[in-house]
Amino acid sequence: MLLNQFLLLSAFLFGTGIYGVITRKHTVLVLASVELMLVAVNINMVAFGATLNNAVGQVFALFVLTIAAAEVGVGLAIVLLIYRNLRSANPDDASVLKG
Amino acid sequence: MLMNHFWFLDHAWLIPLIPAISYAVILLFGKRYGERAAWIGLASIGSAWVLALGTVVQWISHVNDSEGAEARGVVQSIGGMVRNIRLAAESKLHVEPIIHSTTWFQNNGFKLNVGIQIDGLAVMMLFVVTTISLLVHFYSTEYLKGDRRFNHYYAALSLFSASMLFLVVASSTLQLLAGWELVGLCSFMLIGHWWEEKPNSNAALKAFLTTRTGDIGLLTGVIMTFFVVQKYATMAGGKGTGSFDIMKVNEAAIGLGEHGGSKSLLFWCAAALLLAIMGKSGQFPLHTWLPDAMAGPTPVSALIHAATMVVAGVYLGARVYPIFYQGFHIAGGTINPMAAIGGATVIIGAGLAFVQNDIKKVLAYSTISQLGYMVMALGVGAWTAAIFHLFTHAFFKANLFLGAGSVSHSGANHSFDMKHDMGGLRKYMPKTFITFMIGTAALIGIPFTAGFFSKDEILAVAGENNFTFFKYLGLVGAVMTACYMTRCVYLTFFGEYRGGHADAHGAGHDVGHDVGHDTHAYVSDDHATPIHDDHAAHAAHDLHDAHDDHGHHGPHESNFPILAPLFFLSFMSIASGYLLSPMLKIEKFALWVEPHFGDDKHFNVFEPGVFKAIDPILAVAAGVVGMLLAYAFYWKKAYGENITERNGALRAGKNFLVNKYYLDVLYTDIIVGGVKGPIAQAAYWVNQNVIDNVLRYTGKGAAGAAQFVYKYIDQKGVDGVYNGSASGAGALGGLARKLQTGRVQLYAFTVLFGLGAIALLLVIFN
Repeated sequence: MLLNQFLLLSAFLFGTGIYGVITRKHTVLVLASVELMLVAVNINMVAFGATLNNAVGQVFALFVLTIAAAEVGVGLAIVLLIYRNLRSANPDDASVLKG
Repeated sequence: MLMNHFWFLDHAWLIPLIPAISYAVILLFGKRYGERAAWIGLASIGSAWVLALGTVVQWISHVNDSEGAEARGVVQSIGGMVRNIRLAAESKLHVEPIIHSTTWFQNNGFKLNVGIQIDGLAVMMLFVVTTISLLVHFYSTEYLKGDRRFNHYYAALSLFSASMLFLVVASSTLQLLAGWELVGLCSFMLIGHWWEEKPNSNAALKAFLTTRTGDIGLLTGVIMTFFVVQKYATMAGGKGTGSFDIMKVNEAAIGLGEHGGSKSLLFWCAAALLLAIMGKSGQFPLHTWLPDAMAGPTPVSALIHAATMVVAGVYLGARVYPIFYQGFHIAGGTINPMAAIGGATVIIGAGLAFVQNDIKKVLAYSTISQLGYMVMALGVGAWTAAIFHLFTHAFFKANLFLGAGSVSHSGANHSFDMKHDMGGLRKYMPKTFITFMIGTAALIGIPFTAGFFSKDEILAVAGENNFTFFKYLGLVGAVMTACYMTRCVYLTFFGEYRGGHADAHGAGHDVGHDVGHDTHAYVSDDHATPIHDDHAAHAAHDLHDAHDDHGHHGPHESNFPILAPLFFLSFMSIASGYLLSPMLKIEKFALWVEPHFGDDKHFNVFEPGVFKAIDPILAVAAGVVGMLLAYAFYWKKAYGENITERNGALRAGKNFLVNKYYLDVLYTDIIVGGVKGPIAQAAYWVNQNVIDNVLRYTGKGAAGAAQFVYKYIDQKGVDGVYNGSASGAGALGGLARKLQTGRVQLYAFTVLFGLGAIALLLVIFN
């Protein structure tokens, strides 16, 4: 069935995103991975919306896109500040809050 | 022409809007421009003035068109000129007002409309308010130069004009109420402009609170107007929806009055609105705020007394006149609350003006007295006369106030005290003297000045309508007016100069700076009198001494921005009278301003009086008697110096007047004190005996219980729990610390792991 293929694609993208978030050693790439996860969720929404013949899915996808845009703005600002303060973009170096 | 015949009338809403915008602009951006911000205010009120002139021209041509069309037929059949045009006006319904309104909101069939209602009355007021306001704006550029809150002053002035104009064009009583309150607020701001000095801020508060007392009446009255309309609509068999529209209110009041419906509702509505007029227009016994309002800058006093604040009350009375006319049975009776209050105010205000040493206070009490005339005129059914007096009074009272301001501003020490700092100023400021004399002549009612025509009109119509008592009351008032104004002029402009350094030099004003400054120091030490205008801005004045050649040397003539308004107003103090005079067969004013109240064929309040030679003779005689009395008493000292000190009865009378009929004592000490005293006493007793005992025993019981609680529950139970939980938390924290590695990606992994675990649990147990 068509829905299955979308879900599989989305699951693959989501998994890739998670892998990226956990393992990448550059903050920008971590951010990009987060975006990947969001896109995966979007695919789910649109796919379900189309299958169930319900516009809500697409509306939500639009919302997610908007918020993703805002999130990238904030995220990149954080990355920039981290780089300025630590001279490094490696997330492991930002460990001031170590207990 | 591009504009049609009604362009200005249709767009009258622009007139209040422009000063309102100027208010915001000056307040927000004024600091950037310094004193040039005044020109924003001046430009805005100037354009409002041009628009108002436009409405005047278009309204007059509109009236002439409709009257002309009507009059032609009558003139053919009867012949003759002026009289018949008036007959024609009576036979026809009056010219319809121009109303543009929009529904603000509606609820269950009730519509709340806001908009503009432009008729003769509104047009006349627009003209008066914008004219006086324009002159005051211009005058203030010089008068307030160097003031520390110059921009604030101009902003408030703009808002003041805007709110008064808003009140004037209002088409519903609710709008009237809003404009009314705004006017009150602005007068509070401006009276207290120099709030650094306690008396000034007190005066502002007094003005605000006293008029608030009247405002209770306005709120009640406005709400009642709604029910007046509702009642009338129900009577006519309709659904019975109320309304605040002024036209509907007037129509309903006439209808209810004539068809015998619900007289008591009309009466109480009229009484409530009368209370509002008493507060705003300084009618006895709520007039006490008006003289204190002199604490504000003089141009503001002129504005308050001539065009804005106090005439709002009279305007309200004229606007919803049918309510008073029917509610108080003005048509048939010989006395009613409105006439009585107005008449009492005429005499009481004039009486107080005799004992004032402060030139502005003399003028303030004379305003009270003149407002009394207007309210009395409304009360005796002389609608047109009342409005005409409002019109002429605006010009000559503004003239007098601005003249007083000129005297003080250019005088040696910015004082208003006639007895100590004035006298003989005729020689020093001849131009101010001439304009002030013209204003005085108009106020006294010297023949062929504006005040002569308008005051006569009130007295003549009062006589015609069988209010003989009030006619003679008005004549007595005229005697008193002539008397106290002669005294005021004598003290200010004649005799010898009594200011700081009259002996230091003769005429002319080029005194050496050193002399001037010495004198200045002496004067300010000497000076504990309540009102003089420069005070708060003293520092600023010293500063402007430095660069301005007019400093604190001898009295001298004012310069152009002060003199120009005076000349214009003096001209109007004479010319404005020639719009209505049965004696000269001029009745234009009555034609132009008469409003349309609905089915008003039973109203004969718009008719000018019928000319009888005896009326002006009586009035002039009253004026002459007053002036002669003052001449003998104050000028020639016919009874010697200080008669009031030597004669017991006269001294008692003077003390009574100096203490303002003890009204302030009544308000502050007896009413406020009475409420304050016993209630405070009772509260104290309750506090000492009841509450204290309750507290004492509660306290003892509580102390015992607390002992027990402390020993057994707190020390053992609660502390144990806290200590235990704290050490437990410490141990757990030590464990949890190990998880906080500070590595973000490890956290992300932990979250993922946790989510995975939860998902697994859901899969297993579902």
